[in-house]
Amino acid sequence: MKRSRRRFLEASAGTAAWGAAAALGLIAVMPAGAARNAAGFDSKAAAEAVKHLGATDALESKDIIITAPDIAENGAVVPIAVTSKLPNTQSISIIAEKNPFPLAATFDFGSGAEGYASVRLKMGQTSNVRAIVKADGKFYTAVKEVKVTVGGCG
Amino acid sequence: MTRREFLEVLAAALAAGLPLATRAASEPQALYVLPKRRGQVTLLHFTDCHAQLLPVYFREPDVNIGVKEARGKPPHLVGEALLRHFGISPGTALAHAYSHLDFVEAARRYGKVGGFAHFATLVKQVRAQRPGALLLDGGDTWQGSATALWTQGADMRAACRALGVDMMTAHWEFTYGAARVKQALAEDLGSIEFLAQNVRSADFDDPVFKAYSLRELNGVPVAIIGQAFPYTPIANPRHFVAEWTFGIQEERLQKTVAEARAKGAWAVILLSHNGMDVDLKLASRVTGIDAILGGHTHDAVPRPVVVKNASGTTLVTNAGSNGKFLAVLDLEVTRAGVSGYDYRLLPVFANALPADADMEALIRKYRAPYAAKLGEKLAVSEGLLYRRGNFNGTLDQVILDALLAVKGAEIAFSPGFRWGTSVLPGTPITTEDVMNATAITYPYVTVNELSGESIKALLEDICDNLFNPDPYYQQGGDMVRIGGMRYACDPTAAMGKRIGNMTLKGQPIEAGKRYKIVSWAPVAEGASGEPVWEVVSTYLRNSKTIRPPALNRPALSGVGADPGIAPGA
Repeated sequence: MKRSRRRFLEASAGTAAWGAAAALGLIAVMPAGAARNAAGFDSKAAAEAVKHLGATDALESKDIIITAPDIAENGAVVPIAVTSKLPNTQSISIIAEKNPFPLAATFDFGSGAEGYASVRLKMGQTSNVRAIVKADGKFYTAVKEVKVTVGGCG
Repeated sequence: MTRREFLEVLAAALAAGLPLATRAASEPQALYVLPKRRGQVTLLHFTDCHAQLLPVYFREPDVNIGVKEARGKPPHLVGEALLRHFGISPGTALAHAYSHLDFVEAARRYGKVGGFAHFATLVKQVRAQRPGALLLDGGDTWQGSATALWTQGADMRAACRALGVDMMTAHWEFTYGAARVKQALAEDLGSIEFLAQNVRSADFDDPVFKAYSLRELNGVPVAIIGQAFPYTPIANPRHFVAEWTFGIQEERLQKTVAEARAKGAWAVILLSHNGMDVDLKLASRVTGIDAILGGHTHDAVPRPVVVKNASGTTLVTNAGSNGKFLAVLDLEVTRAGVSGYDYRLLPVFANALPADADMEALIRKYRAPYAAKLGEKLAVSEGLLYRRGNFNGTLDQVILDALLAVKGAEIAFSPGFRWGTSVLPGTPITTEDVMNATAITYPYVTVNELSGESIKALLEDICDNLFNPDPYYQQGGDMVRIGGMRYACDPTAAMGKRIGNMTLKGQPIEAGKRYKIVSWAPVAEGASGEPVWEVVSTYLRNSKTIRPPALNRPALSGVGADPGIAPGA
């Protein structure tokens, strides 16, 4: 373990998963419940959250890569990363479709920023995780299933 | 006459047909005379020996169902279907090694399999015929016996050092805890390299182990990448490895392959504990791997499966379990890559391989403090006891019967582990036999109340780990064994729809009613209870004679005439 890196990140521990990138000034963060799109974060159904994002017509895109475990090791902290290779990526939203409040995060990007965001989500059950990317004014989407299992029986 | 000439004559005599009794002694020996090596590189591979230092009986499964694309293809073939597919004659030593057919009769004829003293002799014989070979251990080596449990795998590490293992990867090793694994690496692994590209620290994603090793074998640079069991923190208690994260990690693996190639590897091998179905899918997606030497699912697959991918082909193997097999992969390699191969999965017939004296002494030393205790005869089994099979084995049925009888519950659950040795009819069940089926670091028996609805959800969840059509969602264990309650199962249905007709004593299980359930091997942190081997031993001592148990297997639907289900199973 590299001590210096650990100390640096511990210093911003309160900001949890997205703390590091935000601290470096690369992205602007809109945590759940923030003023903008409160209706989206309050939505109790994935379709409704998508609607509040204005992304009902989002196109499936292979330029969005969701990095997440096939089976969660710990449903309380499931690491999810989204990489967008779409030019002029403006925002990345992450939706855990079966969570009580499916919209987990929206990241807004300044121009020229690399389209990458990562979070650790609590997931109570197996669910599709959907990424919604706004790029060049249009919405794109990708999906990956993350299984949450009771475990045992190796 | 040299030994080789003698064995060649023997092989010829066998082909001409010898009486059965003579064949039993000499037929296996002929297997160990290898033809001239193809190419320059040889990799010797064993996996999932589950700490079986002594020879054992091990019955292969009669039910090993593959769903969707996996149906009827290796490794999802059993019995006669398996023999037909691989062109193996019934009634031979090989047929006995690879299948459950006529198990008792054949086991009496050919004797026990494995045992490190006999295994060591075979490794020496093969090394003499394949100079410069590398010996790879696919993991599940430090767990599965009493002596391994009680020495925290020290007996196995000593045996593997003596055997001359070059590299290993892991799964059950992790159930001794992260600290113990790190200590073993630092203190008693000798020159054995512990490889795992897919284990990282959970906080900063730093590598925990070396990902790969580059070796020159008879002038050919070969990279071996390690792949630990991806679902260790899910299938086993997460608290043992709370600070590490696992997973398949395809992208990182692809980068590791590229790095190894860039550093000069002419051939790249993955030493994998993924399980065969996962390896088959991985081989179709990750490029640049010449062979995946696989384990975990305990499939004794006589020949590699050749998988096509975007840049070429990858051989996928699985080398059985319990010390029963040594795989020999010969590769013909040039700077341009692998141009040919030869593969053998050699069964280790103890009677055909004299014990290696040094290894025998080492084993005796490690067993000495425990030998008397392990030799206790708890009961006599009238029937054959075995574990393997997707749904239940007679050995598990005895465990279930013991749990129900001793703990007074209505329903018993026993995990679908694939390790555990077999006991022949009419022979004593010893403490050692019980430990071979139960020796884990979280052996606690617990009694809980669960609603019918929860039982159904639990069974669906476990069944999906076995029959999800996407191999990446399969964990490589078998279905939980169930005592008391009966049920039906359609492996081909979607999750949530596979389990049905749950009944207890003829009455349907009610969703809202609570049932008393006894089980063992809880994955939750802080769980406690009587070790399962104590409960089983109590039951066996009280019973004295164990009649052939009535197997509680589910009524299957949706599978039809499946080559992964033996007729009558």
